[in-house]
This record gives sequence, structure tokens and C-alpha cells, in this order.
Amino acid sequence: MGMKTFDQLDETLHFEELENGLKVYVLEKKGFNKTYATFTTHYGSVDNHFKPLGKNEEVKVPDGIAHFLEHKLFEKEHGDVFQDFSKQGASANAFTTFNRTAYLFSTTGDVKKNLTTLINFVQEPYFTEKTVEKEKGIIGQEIRMYDDNPDWRVYFGLIENMYHHHPVKIDIAGTEKSIAKITKDTLYECYETFYHPSNMILFVVGPVNAQDILNFVKENQSQKSFKEKAPIERFFEDEPPIVAKTEKVIEMTVQTPKCYIGFKEAAPKRKGKELMRHELCVNLALEMMFGKSSPNYEALYEEGLIDQTFSFDYTEENGFGFSMLGGDTQSPDDLVKRVSNMVEAFKQENISTDSFERARKKKIGAFLRSLNSPEFIANQFTRYAFNEMDLFDVIPVFESLQASDVEEVLQSHFKKEAMTVCQVRKKKS
Amino acid sequence: MGIVNHEQTDLHGITVHTIETKKYKTTSFILQIKAAINEKNVTKRALLSYVLQSGTKDFPSSKELRSALDDLYGATLHADLSKKGENQVISIRMEVANEKFLSKSEPVLDKAFHLLSQVLLAPALDNGVFKENIVKKEKRSLKQQIESIYDDKMRYANKRLLEEMYESEPYHLNVYGNENEVDGITSKELFDYYLEVINNDKLDLYVIGDISTNEMIEKVKKHFRFPENRNETLVTDDQNREEKKISEVKEIFEEQDVQQGKLHMGYRTYTTYSDEDYFALQVFNGVYGGFSHSKLFINVREKESLAYYAASRFESHKGAVFVMSGIETGNYEKAVKIIKEQHEEIKNGNITDAEFEQTKAMINNQVLETIDHPIGLSEVLYHNVVAGKNRTIEEWMEGIRNVTKEDVVKVAKKVTLDTIFFLKGAGTNGNENI
Repeated sequence: MGMKTFDQLDETLHFEELENGLKVYVLEKKGFNKTYATFTTHYGSVDNHFKPLGKNEEVKVPDGIAHFLEHKLFEKEHGDVFQDFSKQGASANAFTTFNRTAYLFSTTGDVKKNLTTLINFVQEPYFTEKTVEKEKGIIGQEIRMYDDNPDWRVYFGLIENMYHHHPVKIDIAGTEKSIAKITKDTLYECYETFYHPSNMILFVVGPVNAQDILNFVKENQSQKSFKEKAPIERFFEDEPPIVAKTEKVIEMTVQTPKCYIGFKEAAPKRKGKELMRHELCVNLALEMMFGKSSPNYEALYEEGLIDQTFSFDYTEENGFGFSMLGGDTQSPDDLVKRVSNMVEAFKQENISTDSFERARKKKIGAFLRSLNSPEFIANQFTRYAFNEMDLFDVIPVFESLQASDVEEVLQSHFKKEAMTVCQVRKKKS
Repeated sequence: MGIVNHEQTDLHGITVHTIETKKYKTTSFILQIKAAINEKNVTKRALLSYVLQSGTKDFPSSKELRSALDDLYGATLHADLSKKGENQVISIRMEVANEKFLSKSEPVLDKAFHLLSQVLLAPALDNGVFKENIVKKEKRSLKQQIESIYDDKMRYANKRLLEEMYESEPYHLNVYGNENEVDGITSKELFDYYLEVINNDKLDLYVIGDISTNEMIEKVKKHFRFPENRNETLVTDDQNREEKKISEVKEIFEEQDVQQGKLHMGYRTYTTYSDEDYFALQVFNGVYGGFSHSKLFINVREKESLAYYAASRFESHKGAVFVMSGIETGNYEKAVKIIKEQHEEIKNGNITDAEFEQTKAMINNQVLETIDHPIGLSEVLYHNVVAGKNRTIEEWMEGIRNVTKEDVVKVAKKVTLDTIFFLKGAGTNGNENI
């Protein structure tokens, strides 16, 4: 068993990589009632072109299949696994992102019993033609729910604008048409390839004994046999650095238009500390340019171009990366003009140490705040680990940054040719 | 000491609730400001919550106030509005890093205390009233907030349901007020209303973190100076007011260009937080639609594939249960029929032991999880203030434990459908324009 202590944060993380390749992490949280566990595979909506385990031919699978698989794993011959959890006083859930599929539960009751249920249901797939067909109706309604959601549409519209080929531009749930093509055989093929323990992380956080949990998981895994672990071959087409489309307008039944501006990262190939530094730097740059205490935010708010929905973020994973900023606005075109001028002007200025320090303090405080949340810790730790980063490095990395690092990303990331805009506008009747 | 170490101290004009715990890396302040919701003040009160968080005497603009917060290691400050029964509650929340986790130890706690007190008691003024330019900006933000409800179809359908169901009761009011009243409010009117709030509203401050109660009491005394004439109006909930009896179910249809129909149903329960059968109502809601093992989820989603979500929730102080589901417009009759049937099942006592025990375990789990979070904890405790009760978390859990199936059947028979609101879809929403 390994152990890593973060004195400054008063946290100790226990971990072990099992023989089958599964990585297990346990963080003891004294004083909490709840234990939260996630079992996550490094497999999401972008992994649609790959070489199935043990085969020589590469395949392309229907859009939305990772999310479909997530739904279907809950169904077993004996019924629905949700029910098993709730009988054991736990609430279970799952979600699919671009790069990950996570299965999780939280409980204030018996942790080991629920942990067994979690591990076993994810490792024992049961797909039949009949249950696959039935799910298409439910997911169809989920897709429609998102179709009616203007925030989701503008977010995805922006990503679509950025990418020529990268599958990050495909809606995570797919379309009603694409999921119609999913069969039990394609589900098994994806499952066999991506749900090997060596492609997965189990994270447990709560008022538990770490050693006890690690032994328990080891015991569970030692009773199962898995194929030899093999590296997964995924295929992505080359993605040009410039955006595919500079603007898009979606008409919907809304009263307030929405407008988001995005910048596409030209070379999103970083990993580990380098990726963390870059992510934190771009986020600091955004904070300094458009944070609530910035002159730009004040001006935009005063001019009535933004309201409290205004937000921004930068995210990067292997193969894609982008920043986005925006929100509800009555004058989307004016907002775009103002924001792009503000970015250009900011690039010309020298960064003041004061505003750099302030932004950094704010970010460190926000990070400490998120550590109150077991959900945040488990989910973010896993995301970081899949990208070879360590969540608990965030504060030291923040502290190691200089104003000049931010100046650098301002020039390299916020380029005119990397900018794109997506708006949701009121439908003309 | 119980699950939660909650101490309550009444000071002049404010009740201080302290919860000492080492669980968190931050200290949280939650200030609850409560008054009855009414037509006359609803919009002013909403606007006030926006204005208060936009500047103080020392930091008279949003930018200056936000800079001060950033300097306190990104302390957060939010003012929110919520309807708890027929009250319109302003919650001002602040969260600040615990200094012991910072590399350079800085005295952020006292500064945070001061700042919070200033937000409430020393707003940014010009000529004795709120600064005109702040009021103007925040009016725009509030209007946009009200409008945005329309854009989120689930929230819109919920709002419409309440308007129809509680047509002649204050509960129909939207917590953000009425859009057409916003522009007419002057800085002077808003400031006069603010003085009423400071003089009369019920104030409760929760402080949660690695703190000492005595120290917090001293800090409140030091920083929160109230006017001499402050006099809390004791508006306990109007518990005695008879809830409306229902003669027939109101059915309201509206059509919009959306892909998915939004079905919302409102029930009166004639049971609120302070009643004995409140726990039975919780279990009823859990069996009906509160969880993924509930009858609505199993029957509407799993058996019939009619929806992605089909759930119910309850409002503790108004005593209502609301059902919501997103369905194909053509499946309206079928969905409503199934939803009604599930209610009948419970009335007839068709609750399996598994369902029943599962529900209780889940409710127990839910409350324990909720109090792991500082805001969740303060909300659970604040129910007591709103209802004028004094229930500990242990009593609450015991209450759930003691509920019998007969209790659930009894409460299910009281639960009565009042209004159905259905937002029908026309189905071409969101076509892209290239």
C-alpha cells in the first residue's frame, strides 16, 4: 500500500495498484457521515474509433454508445441495480463525459456491501437485445430534454464550431438516429475493450479505514479472472489548430439570448504537471481578464451586456482543449465585439502583480472550498489521474506560477484565429 | 453532544447558531432574513437581495467589493432568494478559507465577519438612499433573471403550476417578483423597504466550521450593531389558516415550440413540518416518487419507457407534493393515468416491505448526507425557525423510523391532486440557422 500525506491540507491519500491493473485510492475523511465511491473507466464519448481487445481490425462505433452502455450496465438478469443500492441504504448514479464513464454511490450505511455491489455490477455486464431496445425510448427522452435546454445547446454548439474532426464535437448522448444502430454486440465489444481493470480507477472517500477498504477490494478482485492487460489503441484524425466555424446561431423559444465565445487550444497534447500548469494559467488569465473584480467585468455589467449568468472556464484533455466565456445577454453581437476587443487590449498590457496575486488567492480559496466536497475530490482526482496529474498538487503549482507564465498563455491561447462564437436567439414566430 | 453540535444564542435582534466542527477547510456564514411573502413587497425584496451584494459603504461598487473578497482568499458572497412556505427568505452566504490551511497565515475570519455585517448594515449609499447606478444595474439583472425562467422549460412549467394552483394564495408569487414592477421601484422606496427589513425581519446567522462559539458571539456583538428601535415582528407561520379544499382538479394546457412535453402536477397534503404526520408524508413522497426505486420511476420510466425523469418532491412548509415528468406530448393521457394509479396504490396500502424499508433507509441516508454540507446543514436546522419548532436531527431520524405503513396510507388519503399543468411540445425547437 502506498501513502501520500499532504500536510498543508491535513489529508492522507492511500493507494495501491492491484495485480490486474486496477488502481485503488482511499481518502479518509473523519467527521463525515457519508462515504462516496466512484468506479471510473477511462472511456467516454470521444472513444469511438479503436481496435477492440484481441482483434486486429479497428472499428468505428455509433455516436452515444459510451453513454448508452452506462445506462445498460445497471440492468441485470435479476433486475435493476439501482434497487440493490437503495435496499442497502445507498444512492447510486453514473455519468458519462468526453473521456470518462463513472459509476458511483454514496451511503451513510454499510460501505463494504455497497462497494461489492458497485464493483460487481460494473464488472458483470448483461446486455440483451430486448433491454437494449427498451432503453432507446428512455434515452430518446433524455436527448430531447437536452435538445430543449438552451444552455446545453449553446455549449455544444460552441464545441461543434471549434472542431473539424475530433469526436469531442459529438453530443455525449448521441442522437435518436445514432443510438438506433446500437446492438448488444457493439455494447459488448466496447465493454470488453474499455472496462478492463487496468483502464479503471476506484476512489473511496469518507469516514472509512483505508487499509481495511484496500484489503477488501483486493480480496474481491482476486476472485475474478481477467484477460491479460493490453494497451488500448484509439484513433483520432489530425485536428487543425484553427476553428471549423467562426459563428453559429441557434433559434429557440427563449426570451433572453445566450452567447458564448470560445478559444480553441492549438496543441492540446500536454500531460501531467505541464498540463496542470497550463490549465491553471489559462484559468488565471480568464480570472484576471473577466473575473468579478476586474475592470472588464464591471464595464460589461454596467453596459448591460452581461448578468449574473456570465461565467468562464478552460479545460484540456488529451486531444482537445478550449476556453469559453459568456452567458445570457440582450445584445450578443455587442458582447462579442467588446469581449474580443478586451482580450486584444489585455494582451498588450503588462500584468499587474496586484491583480495576479488577487486572482491566485481567489483560486486557492476556491480550491480549498471544493475540498469540502467528497464528490469533487473523487471525481476530480480521477479526471486528473487519467491525465497523469495529481489533484493535491494544485496549491503548490498555483504557488509556483509567475505573472510571466500568464503573459505567455495570453499570447499563445487567446488568438484571433482560434476564436469562435455560438448564440442562442429568440425564435421568430 | 449529538450528531451535530448546534448551539443557539439569542442576541439583540439576531439569533446566532454556531456549529463547531473540524470537517471543513472553510468557515461558512449563512444569514437568513425572513418575512412573509406578499404582493406589495415581493419585487422590492427580490431587488434588495441583488443590491445588498453589490456594494458596501467601504467598498461602494461591485468591483471593489469583489476585490475585497478575492483578497480574503477568494471568500465567496452570494445572496439568494427562496420561498419557504409563505415566506420570502433572503439568504446571504459567505464562505472563507480556514486560515490554518493557508501558507501565509492571515487573519481572514475577522475581516470576513466585518464584511458580512457591512453587507447587511452598511450598504453603499448616495444622499441617504441606495446608490442610483447600483439600483439601475441590479434592476436589469433581476429582470433578466425573471425572464430566464421562461427559457428553462422545467422551471417555467413549475412556475406556471404554482400560479394556477395557488391563484388566490400568496404562495403563487414568484420569489423573484414581477417583471413589470421592477422598473418602477425608486432607490428611495427600496431604501425605505430596507429599513423595514433591518427593523422588523427575523434574522438568523449560522456559523459553521472550526470555530469557538464564544468567540463568534463576541464577534457578532462587535460587528453587528442594530438600530435601537429594532423590533422583530413575530410572524410565525399562519398555521391556522385553513388550506383550500379541492372540489375538482384543474387542468391547464399551454403549447410551446419544444421537443418534450413537461408534465407538472400539484397536490395539497394538509400536512406541514410542524405536524405529527410530517414524517409519514416524507415516507409517502419517498414511496411515490422521491427515489429511483419509487413507484413513479419504476412505472413511468422503467416499465413504460415514457420518460427519462418522473419524480415527486414536497414542500415542507406549504405542505405540497409536486410531480414532474418530461414526456412525448402524445403520451399525456397515459402518463397521467399511470401517475394517478400509483397514488391509488399507496392509498390502498399496496406498499411492499422492501419498498417501505428502502424508502426509510434512503430518507435517513439523505438527511445524513445533507448535513455533511454546511449549506445543507443550515437548511435542515432552519426548518425549525420557519416552522417555530425545535426538532433535533436525532428526533427527526427517529420520527422517520417510527412511521408505519398505516401512517403512510393515512397521509396518502389526505394527499389530493389540485392542478395539472402540461406544457405541450410542437417539436421543432432549436433548428440551427447557418
